[in-house]
Amino acid sequence: MRWADSARVRRVVLQIHQMPDTFAATGLACIRGERIVFEHLDFEVAAGGALLLRGPNGAGKSTLLRLCAAFLQPAAGELTWNGRPIQADLDDHRNRLAWVGHLDAVKPAFTVEDNIAFWAALAPPRPMTLTPSEYLQPMGLAHLADLPAAYLSAGQRRRLNLSRLAVAAGSLWLLDEPTSSLDDASTNALMTMIEIHRDAGGMAVIATHQDLPLENARTLRIGAP
Amino acid sequence: MSRFSAVVARDVRLALRQGGGSYWTLMFFILTVTLFPLGVGPDLALLSRIGSGVLWVVALLAALLSLDRLFQADYEDGSLELLALAPLPLELTVLAKVLAHWLTTGLPVTLLAPLMGAMLAIEPAAYPTLMVAMLLGTPVLSLVGSIGAALTVGIRRGGVLLSLLVMPLYVPALIFGALAVEATLEGLSPRPHLLLLGADLLVALALTPWGAAAALRLNLE
Repeated sequence: MRWADSARVRRVVLQIHQMPDTFAATGLACIRGERIVFEHLDFEVAAGGALLLRGPNGAGKSTLLRLCAAFLQPAAGELTWNGRPIQADLDDHRNRLAWVGHLDAVKPAFTVEDNIAFWAALAPPRPMTLTPSEYLQPMGLAHLADLPAAYLSAGQRRRLNLSRLAVAAGSLWLLDEPTSSLDDASTNALMTMIEIHRDAGGMAVIATHQDLPLENARTLRIGAP
Repeated sequence: MSRFSAVVARDVRLALRQGGGSYWTLMFFILTVTLFPLGVGPDLALLSRIGSGVLWVVALLAALLSLDRLFQADYEDGSLELLALAPLPLELTVLAKVLAHWLTTGLPVTLLAPLMGAMLAIEPAAYPTLMVAMLLGTPVLSLVGSIGAALTVGIRRGGVLLSLLVMPLYVPALIFGALAVEATLEGLSPRPHLLLLGADLLVALALTPWGAAAALRLNLE
């Protein structure tokens, strides 16, 4: 079943966004290993917006995502949510995130369903939740639910990781190279997921090397001369 | 609370699965203790004198052997980032993982202690003391070890460094654990030693989750 076809899955994503949020950065600078990765970086993502981070390898795309997730603190400047610095209420900020890093966070010893079930058990409280197998539908993994994750291919592991997006049901999706090792059909499924999320007022910040077919997505070039 | 138990259940299941290493740790405990009677010879008086010390040292080594994977597996596959973002405070996540570690290493070691004690010719009269001491002392090994495991999480082959970091902190548990058994064997009360062991556990319980969580945050930067 495709993401867009599943009415229940759709409702879960739609439940979270009531207010027109804004996520913004002003004068952001980051220093890693005594080297300035980037400085004077500004961006703003409004509700329903998407920001594509583009730039050569090592330009600091992943670092910027880590700043957005508050794993790192900026050397200068600040990140704000509706005008308030995210450091002011970190727990709230973490609860509104859905993070997909470049590692897949898949336990080979567990089945596909057990993997997603654990993250569902740990997710922030939401008014409406789904069963683990329903979370697997959008990325087309429902038929593999009972398979040990050790047998998944790289693309399937990535799809399992991306299935967590609906579990977290946060309003800010931070995605690091989400389409790496995905086939065309899965990339389309992911784009559908992102578009539904944006229609509902969610936002996404995506580091990518590919031209993603997202409507009205802004592009932020990092490290470009 | 349900999130806490979800983390405990997951880690226990992972440890018991093939490759989780819980069984290997127990086998290490059993085999290493078995080496002592073989190496020292069938001198029962000597064995029973060093017995409780041997049990504690080997229990400590068994804990160290499994501790380096406490956070490292989650760090390497990206799960640790997600655990840090989850609504459960990282300190409680640490505590949940430590509890799972103790359930899969410290508790079985405690339950096996009388059997291994028999191999070392420890008087059966001292078994209750031995088990109480182990019950109080083995959680200290897991708790204190979690700081070392968190500090070395980003280091490949960090196991040796981990041992160097936490071994000095294991000394109180080792001393009072072995002394409690010795006191019982000599007809004295093990109470003061057990109380000090309990105090060691309470201090570790109160402090180590903070330290380990801070070290993990540093490693996630």
